[in-house]
Amino acid sequence: MEADFFYPEFEVVRNDIKCTRCRVCERECANGVHYYSESGKVMLSDDTKCVDCLRCVAVCPVHALKIVKSNCNFRDNANWSNETIKEAVKQAGTGGVLLSSMGNPKDYPVCWDKILINASQVTNPPIDPLREPMETRVFLGKKPSNTPRDAEGKIICDIPPQIELSMPVMFSAMSYGSISYNAHKCLAEASEKLGICYNTGEGGLHENFFKYGANTVVQVASGRFGVHEEYLKAGVAVEIKMGQGAKPGIGGHLPASKITGDVSRTRMIPEGTDAISPAPHHDIYSIEDLRQLVYSIKEATAYAKPVIVKVAAVHNIAAIASGIARSGADIIAIDGFRGGTGAAPTGIRDNVGIPIELALAAVDRRLREEGIRNDVSLIAGGSIRNSTDVIKAIALGADACYIATAALIAMGCHLCRNCQSGKCNWGIATQRPELVRRLDPEAGCARLVNLMTAWRREIREFMGGMGINSIEALRGNRLMLRGIGLNAKELEILGIAHAGE
Amino acid sequence: MKLLEGQIRIPSGCAISAVISTEGERMSGADIVESMRPMHDRSNGLGGGFAGYGIYPEYKDFYALHIFFDNAAVRQECESVLKESFEIVKAEPVPTLKMPEITDEPIIYRYFTAPLASRMRDAQLDEREFVARIVMSVNASMKGAYIVSAGKNMGVFKAVGYPEDVGRFYRLEEYSGYSWIAHGRYPTNTPGWWGGAHPFAILDYSVVHNGEISSYDANRRFIEMYGYKCTLQTDTEVIAYIADYLLRRQKLTLKEFASVVAAPFWSTIERMSEEDKRICTYLRTVYSGLLVTGPFSIVLGFEGGLMALNDRLKLRSMVTAKKGDRVYIASEEAAIRKIAPDAGDVYAPTGGEPVIVKVREGRY
Repeated sequence: MEADFFYPEFEVVRNDIKCTRCRVCERECANGVHYYSESGKVMLSDDTKCVDCLRCVAVCPVHALKIVKSNCNFRDNANWSNETIKEAVKQAGTGGVLLSSMGNPKDYPVCWDKILINASQVTNPPIDPLREPMETRVFLGKKPSNTPRDAEGKIICDIPPQIELSMPVMFSAMSYGSISYNAHKCLAEASEKLGICYNTGEGGLHENFFKYGANTVVQVASGRFGVHEEYLKAGVAVEIKMGQGAKPGIGGHLPASKITGDVSRTRMIPEGTDAISPAPHHDIYSIEDLRQLVYSIKEATAYAKPVIVKVAAVHNIAAIASGIARSGADIIAIDGFRGGTGAAPTGIRDNVGIPIELALAAVDRRLREEGIRNDVSLIAGGSIRNSTDVIKAIALGADACYIATAALIAMGCHLCRNCQSGKCNWGIATQRPELVRRLDPEAGCARLVNLMTAWRREIREFMGGMGINSIEALRGNRLMLRGIGLNAKELEILGIAHAGE
Repeated sequence: MKLLEGQIRIPSGCAISAVISTEGERMSGADIVESMRPMHDRSNGLGGGFAGYGIYPEYKDFYALHIFFDNAAVRQECESVLKESFEIVKAEPVPTLKMPEITDEPIIYRYFTAPLASRMRDAQLDEREFVARIVMSVNASMKGAYIVSAGKNMGVFKAVGYPEDVGRFYRLEEYSGYSWIAHGRYPTNTPGWWGGAHPFAILDYSVVHNGEISSYDANRRFIEMYGYKCTLQTDTEVIAYIADYLLRRQKLTLKEFASVVAAPFWSTIERMSEEDKRICTYLRTVYSGLLVTGPFSIVLGFEGGLMALNDRLKLRSMVTAKKGDRVYIASEEAAIRKIAPDAGDVYAPTGGEPVIVKVREGRY
C-alpha cells in the first residue's frame, strides 16, 4: 500500500568524480544497497536498504561515499514524532511487534554525565601512577563474616570461591549465535590476555573455547541452551540469567536463520529451528526456587564456582537484590535499562526498567543497611561506556562492571542497531560465513586489549588524582562523587552530595 | 553559626607523639605534654588531646567514662540513662585549670562504672560489647552529651587549643601512666566543639592520627554495617572503629590488623613465603573494605601497649626511638629529643610496617 512507503531514512551520497567503479561497496554491503549500472557505467544505490552501518564508507578506497540522514519527513509535530508515526504505519501494515537491537537510544537522563569526580589538593597528596603502584585487582564472590583459626591460632584461609580480575571490568553476556564465532574468539582471547573474564551468554560454549575456561563465565538462562555438566564446570563462575536490562520481563528469540551448523551443535538444538528462551525460568517462580537452582548448580560444580545471578534493573530492585543475596548467590549482576541486546521489542527496550546508576546506588545501600553487602559482590552493567563510568560505578558501590557495547565497538560495531537482521557487515552479529570472515580474531582481540588497557590507564590516573592507590578503597566511596544538575531526590538515591557542598 | 564536627567533614594536618614504658613504669603526664612543644607549628590551636594508660590504678577494674556535657540538665539526663546499665562507683568533675588559652569548656565529668550483670544477661552481650553499644548510643542520640573515653584504667583528655595548653588545662602532670599518646591538630575549618579533637577512643582503644585518608567513605560505609555510627565524620573516628572491629570483634592480631588497613601491595605479596602469601591474600580479600589509603600516621593505644603505623606509601613522617625501657614515637624526632635528648635507635618505619610495643606481661 502506498501509505507504507517512507522516503529512506538515510541517503547514500556518492562523489561520482572520485568513484572509480571498483564496486567494493557493492561487494561489502550485505544489505544490497549498492549496484552497478552497466548502461550508465555508474554506481547507484537503493537507499531504502541502507542501515547506516558505514561499512561502505570505511572500505571505499577513494573516500567517495558518505551516508547522511535524509530530510524528507512527516510534517513537524511535537507529539507525533516522525518515529512514532512510522511505527504506527509499520504496525498497520504488518500486525507485528516492533523489533530493535542494541541499547535504549532514547533521550533519558544519563546520571553518569551529571556526576563529577574528586581529586586531592593540599591536605592530601595525589599519587602519581607512573611512580607508585596503583592496584586494580578485584576478587568477586562471597566474603566470610569471620576469621576462623586452627588449634595453633593460625588463620584458616578458606574463602568461598572467587573470580579474580586484573581490573574491575568484564565482558558481559553475548551468546554464540547472536554474535559470531570470530567475535567470541576475540572476547575469549582478549580476556585471557587481560586477566579478566568474558561471558558465554545463553548459547553454550563452542568446543574450541573450553581452553579459555579460566577467563570464562558460563551462563544458564531460561532456555537452558547448551547446558551440560562439562559446560558448567568449564568456566570460573556460573551465571544464572534471570533478566536483561534491554528487555526485562521477556525471554529471547534467536531466529532459525542464525541456528546454523556449529551454533546448533553448541546450543544442542536442531539446525534451522528458532531458539526461544521463555520469559521466566520455568523452574523459578519465586525466590525460594532461585535458591534451589543456585544450590543445584553449586552441587553440580562441587561448590568450586561462584554463582552469579543476573537481573534487570526494575523498580523494586533493592528488595529483589536483597532476596538474591539471601538465596545463596555469590555475586549479583544488575543490568540497567540502557543495556544492549541482539533483538528486543522496541517498546520494551525503550520503556521498561530503570537506569543502572539509580539501581546500583539503591542496591548497594540496601545491602549495607541489611548488613549483607559482604555476602555478595555487585556487578553493574547496561550501560557502562568508558573508564569514567567505571570509576563512578565503583564509587557508587559496584565491585566490577560488565561491558558489551563498548567491546562490540572495539571489534568494529558502528551501532547501526540492526543486529536482528543477521546481516552485520562488520562480521559481529551474523552467522553468514562470508561476513563472519570480515572480523579478524587477532585484530579484534588486539583492539579489545587496547581498549581495556586504555581504560585501565585512565582508571589509575583518576585513582591517583583522588589519592587512592587500590581500587577497593574506591568501592562505595561516595564522598568522591558530586552531582551536578541532579535534583534532590536523585542525589538522595545516589547517596551523593551536590557539587559545592 | 559555626558548623559542628559531624555536620561537615573537616580535613586536618597534625602532630602526634607517644611514649611507653615496656616495664610498666608509670610516667608523669608532664613529659608527653612537653614533647608536643617543638611541634607547635604542626597544630593551629584548634585541637589538642592526650590519652593516658595506667592512670587510674585504684579504679582499674571499672570503666572510666570521661564525658563532655553542654549543660547541667543534660548531665542529669545522661546520668539517669547510665544508671540503667551501670553501677556508678564514683562520679566527679575532671580537675582542670582556668587559663586564658582554653575557653568555652563544656562540663567535664568522669564516672567509674561497672556494667550491671543483669542488664548484660538480658542483652545477651559480653561486657565489652555491652559497654561499647551504650557509649555509641549515647554519642549518637543524646544531644549535648559526649562520651570521650570509656576504657578501664585509661582516659582521654582533649580540648580546642594547642596541645601544650590542653595538657596544662587538664593538669596532666598530676597523673602518671605507663603509656601516653598525644595529638595536636591542624584542621582546615574551625571545629565548634571539643568532641572533635583527638584522641578518639572506643573502649580501651584510642587513636591519634595525622593525615587525611582518601578511603574514608568506603571505610565508613563498610564499618557502619556492623553497628558503628560515624557521627564525627573524622578519619580518626573511623580508624578507631576499624581497630575495634578487627581486634576485638574479629580477633585479629595487631600485625594482621596492620595487613588489613595498610595492606602490602600485591606485588609485595607475590614475593612472600607461601604461608604469608596465603594469609595476606586472605586478609586483603576478606577485609578489602577496610583498606585505608591516603596519607596517615597513627598511634593506636590499648591496654598494655601501643602500635604505630604509617600508610602503605609512607606519606606522613613518623619516627621511633628507644631509651632503656622507654619507647618513643612521634611525627618529628625533635619531639622525642625534647624529652629524651639521648634516646637511641632512631628509626623511621617504612610504609605499612607496624611498630608494636607491649608492656611486659604482668607489669600493667
